[in-house]
Amino acid sequence: MSKLVSLFCGIIFGMGLVISQMINPAKVLGFLNLFGEWDPSLAFVMIGALIVSSPLFHLFKNKEKPIFSLNFSISNKKEIDKKLIIGSILFGAGWGLVGLCPGPAISSIALLNMSSIIFVIAMFFGFYIAKLS
Amino acid sequence: MSIINFTPISALSGGLIIGFSVFLFFILNGRMVGISGIASNFLISKNNRIDNLLFLIGLILGPLIYSYFTNQKIEISITNSLFLLVGGGLLVGLGTRISGGCTSGHGISGVGRFSLRAITATITFMIVGIIAVLIKNIL
Repeated sequence: MSKLVSLFCGIIFGMGLVISQMINPAKVLGFLNLFGEWDPSLAFVMIGALIVSSPLFHLFKNKEKPIFSLNFSISNKKEIDKKLIIGSILFGAGWGLVGLCPGPAISSIALLNMSSIIFVIAMFFGFYIAKLS
Repeated sequence: MSIINFTPISALSGGLIIGFSVFLFFILNGRMVGISGIASNFLISKNNRIDNLLFLIGLILGPLIYSYFTNQKIEISITNSLFLLVGGGLLVGLGTRISGGCTSGHGISGVGRFSLRAITATITFMIVGIIAVLIKNIL
């Protein structure tokens, strides 16, 4: 059952990216263009996602186990260390250069856009390098 | 600063749907959605590999199913050179794994749980993204 849930959640997430237009890097770059012609849409996507998820996380945070799995596996890391900052800087730089983050990048494979496929291959290579180091 | 291309309704409704997916994955499978984590774990870890693969397949199916039922063609525009695409992809892959999250993992799942760590990451990558666009515009 958990497998079906994973597929279903992926599908809904991908649809959300299309409906919000976040699958289009031009929309994301419009948001990051704060000092030029600014498109605030991405902020509304985050707000929408948080309005739903945040109260529900808190409502169910003391639940003993999830419905289709034996236990919750949720990071409880708290430390704000060098790795968090350096990684976020690198990610932000790549995000600002192209306008793609991992979710929209993978979803956009569906459109068979050569540029986004090249980006995804490079991104997976980046995951691999990070694992080696 | 002037505001253009703002699509608040579609942004908010898409966001609500994304939030619903994140909540379902949490309450049903006990996991937090973080796409960079799901994708990199699929690549390097045997744990939950099928689950991770199915989530990624779902991400790709989502736009196709949407197009099929609405008869709408999804248009995206990417204008980067090959060098920037590869460089940007590497930076995103490396950066998200070093910091342990991306826009979904830190920005939604983490911020939604009021994690100070995720809030710090989100503010950092947004500021750097804004600076990157600013520099690109000047060059």
